[in-house]
Amino acid sequence: MHDGVYPAVTAGAAPVVEAAEEPATAPEHKEGDAHATPHGRPQAPVAVAAPVAAAISADPATISTAAANLNKVKGGAFELVIYEKTGLGDGRLANNPWLQELPDPISRVTWDNYITMSIADMNSDDFKFNILNGQEQLSNVAEVVVNGVTLKLPVYASPGQAKGTIGIALGYGRTKAGKTANGIGANAFPAVTINKDNGFFEYSAVDVKVNKTSETYNLAGTQTFHTMMGRAIVKETTLDAYKKDAKAGNEPVLLSLSNGTKDTPNNVNLWEDHPRLNHKWGMSIDLNTCLGCGACVIGCHSENNVAVVGKDEVRRGRDMHWLRIDRYYTSDMTEKKAEEEGVGAIDKFLDMEVPSDSPRVVFQPVMCQHCNHAPCETVCPVLATTHSNEGLNQMTYNRCIGTKYCGNNCPYKVRRFNWFKYADNSAFDFHMNDTLGKMVLNPDVIVRGRGVMEKCSMCVQRIQEGKLNAKKEGRRPIDGEIKTACQQVCPTNAITFGDLNDDTHTVTKHSKEPRMYHLLEEVGIQPSVFYMTKVRNVSASEL
Amino acid sequence: MAHAPSNNLREPLILGEKSYHDITVDICRPIETRANKLWYVVFGLSFITMLWGIGLIAYTVGTGLGVWGLNKSVEWAWDITNFVWWIGIGHAGTLISAILLLFRQRWRMSINRAAEAMTIFAVICAAIYPVFHMGRVWVGYWVLPLPNQFGSLWANFNSPLLWDVFAISTYFSVSLVFWYIGLIPDFATVRDRAITPAAKKAYTLLSFGWTGNAKAWARFEEVSLVLAGLSTPLVLSVHTIVSMDFATSVIPGWHTTIFPPYFVAGAIFSGFAMVLTLMLIVRKVLGLEAYITVAHVEAMNKIIILTGSIVGVAYLTELFMSWYSGVEYEQYAFLNRATGPYWWAYWSMMTCNVVTPQLFWFPKIRKSLVATFIISIFVNIGMWFERFVIIVTSLHRDYLPSSWMMFHPSFVDIGIFVGSIGLFFVMFLLFARTFPVIALNELKTILKATGKYKRTSPQPEYKIEDLILESRKGKSGAAIHGEEHH
Repeated sequence: MHDGVYPAVTAGAAPVVEAAEEPATAPEHKEGDAHATPHGRPQAPVAVAAPVAAAISADPATISTAAANLNKVKGGAFELVIYEKTGLGDGRLANNPWLQELPDPISRVTWDNYITMSIADMNSDDFKFNILNGQEQLSNVAEVVVNGVTLKLPVYASPGQAKGTIGIALGYGRTKAGKTANGIGANAFPAVTINKDNGFFEYSAVDVKVNKTSETYNLAGTQTFHTMMGRAIVKETTLDAYKKDAKAGNEPVLLSLSNGTKDTPNNVNLWEDHPRLNHKWGMSIDLNTCLGCGACVIGCHSENNVAVVGKDEVRRGRDMHWLRIDRYYTSDMTEKKAEEEGVGAIDKFLDMEVPSDSPRVVFQPVMCQHCNHAPCETVCPVLATTHSNEGLNQMTYNRCIGTKYCGNNCPYKVRRFNWFKYADNSAFDFHMNDTLGKMVLNPDVIVRGRGVMEKCSMCVQRIQEGKLNAKKEGRRPIDGEIKTACQQVCPTNAITFGDLNDDTHTVTKHSKEPRMYHLLEEVGIQPSVFYMTKVRNVSASEL
Repeated sequence: MAHAPSNNLREPLILGEKSYHDITVDICRPIETRANKLWYVVFGLSFITMLWGIGLIAYTVGTGLGVWGLNKSVEWAWDITNFVWWIGIGHAGTLISAILLLFRQRWRMSINRAAEAMTIFAVICAAIYPVFHMGRVWVGYWVLPLPNQFGSLWANFNSPLLWDVFAISTYFSVSLVFWYIGLIPDFATVRDRAITPAAKKAYTLLSFGWTGNAKAWARFEEVSLVLAGLSTPLVLSVHTIVSMDFATSVIPGWHTTIFPPYFVAGAIFSGFAMVLTLMLIVRKVLGLEAYITVAHVEAMNKIIILTGSIVGVAYLTELFMSWYSGVEYEQYAFLNRATGPYWWAYWSMMTCNVVTPQLFWFPKIRKSLVATFIISIFVNIGMWFERFVIIVTSLHRDYLPSSWMMFHPSFVDIGIFVGSIGLFFVMFLLFARTFPVIALNELKTILKATGKYKRTSPQPEYKIEDLILESRKGKSGAAIHGEEHH
């Protein structure tokens, strides 16, 4: 249970997470020196957050050193922060295709490292880099000259990154790591120096030159659109508002009825309900505790034999992740602002597409929502996707003929199609084509063939196992006995799975909490997965 | 057909003071003479394009649908766009042959044969897409509710795709039968004039032993009426059901009750445009200017104004309803169509479908063959864009912005589309040289009623007797049948 509110700054998380999170909670960075990095690594000479600066202000020598360091950063020069990615770490895990294809929590880019840069710098006259990196705009390639080393990498827009700083991830540019990792990205280790004073590695550098090149590069991102467009997708509230009213930020969705009254979409219904005689499986996802780390994505990969498709296919928008984490930035343009300033709809939406310079960031794991009135089920011509009487939306791969109608009609776009044969295919050399690699596959889950649709099954094999174990002992499955793979690996217990027909299950308690909401409830599809409002310890004006 | 009294207020439907025999000769000429060089060039090009398309389909089936440009958010794009486009084109043929027959529109007789052929060929081209857009085309027959040994497996009667299967197969079979019944007397004429044994044999088989006696004609008329009655609801139902592929979904921009009438109007609109495109070429190439006249073109142009205006009103209604609905997803979907990254597709659609057909209000443009040809091409393009706009711009930005993606066609998408156009022209060009492209026996029924005509036959450009002698020289023992059938 995580009703408690986490502080918005999560110390110790990946540096990039901080970069995006921090401006919301530490606005002094915005007003402070442009070169003060939000990455907050203590070793970095100029990375002096305001309170620290106050603490050391008594020592004139330190001030002069800091000032000297600041002066070293000449006009047009950047400060570089070298960081480890959540998935690959320093690169020791780089040869694992799962981790290569795991989108970075912030950038949502897979299979590459890149130069992260603030949008303000990218827009500067020196560069004029493409901001909307993705399918439509290729990323510009730049050369970073640091400590005599030149790194050539694509530049990726990172809203919330302090102006004058750039970031490069470690773990890439491997030459002898193995077939997966070799030759991807550029190695940032040569840019790491050793601090003469304390002997520690210096993961940052000042006076870094960034030179634009004429080349472009197509970064493989799984999410190329970054804002919520004013939609109530991730619901948020402040701690103060939450204390006053636990339902704060979670105003119910109401539909106007023909008789003049209003009701929730779950009660407005043309369809007969499915019988729920025994179990009714459900899942809650607490947006308060989700860090966006992506462990659940990897857990799902390994449990369900989800295929890795490689950089080129991710570029084409064909990653196979059954579970994805959506990351949204806030935008400076909001519905409220548009109304106040009289901004027209066209301009409003165009502005909403652009993330704020110092955005708040939210994460939302999205998998099949196992709708009780699933739009995918009605459209399949051969009944390959059907509803179980335990509330699962189940996919019968053997029956699927691959019309992809279900995928089109899914409001969450969680269905994944096997565009190619991903197993036993030398074109997809990610261990599903060799005997050793196949030993990693889960024998309880079928490896899907070409031309069929697949999606989250709520780990139906685990449900089955749990039910059988309970049956052998003549009891019902107890709370927490059956865990989905994503739930099992979640470091913050953001995901809870259980039987909504059983009042002793935590998920049932969650479903009755005031923070509970269904994603896209207004479509009237009655999802079995529900989310819990994110409560932030900030003032109302910052939300 | 009933002989209506001659009406001097109307322009004659057959020009050039033709006789019955002239009609026979004119319409049989392409069958009985050799094709010119241009025909071979165009046929060759179409054939190569068709082979290229077949090759790409084989590549798709062999490798996987990944060779198309689709992605996790846009899982239908050019495939279903092309499908709806081709099916829509087919509708004009059915409308002309069925509804115009019931309304006793005599001008349809010059164009119904070719328009029905176009229907058949367009449906064949359309069928490529729902078949090969399946990931596992080899088990595609599972959509048919066949008794099977897979257990109790049965098709899903809730699925609009299944309705499509029924709607289109019904449409195709009824259209084919209707077309063929109409062809029987004309095949008999060709048979009676045939001079080579192969042609004789072929057309004897094709004409089902038609003798042309009064009873046969009476039955012919009856069955034509019955089939017209059967086809008429199909004109409305097929595209209604195709539109339900979208209308029954939950995707903003698809989920619209206006779709059935809007799709039917659009289908007839695009079908007439394609009929015009084809007929303007056919009349020129096959020298049928006397039969497909400016009056015919003008009549079709009037239908284009009507259906084009319905489509235009539908577009505007959609915009209004999206705003009026108060649903933010709907509002955004339509705003995004007009101003988003696919604005060019939307405005191409608007220009081609709403603006250009309005030019037909001017009689000068309506009666100009060049202007009609150009505008008909515009409408063909515009209607393709309409389906592209509906399918791709709705899918590429739906509910959750995290899934918003662009669609880019691959060379396979483009190649299969071009290939289907090649297939269409291969079929149409073969049709133009082997089938009577105008319902000649039906046309004879209106000769007296619709204009000046000749009682006696002038000498034809070539004498059938000469041809017989020629063939005799070439092949001894060739059967001689010179008797002509009226």
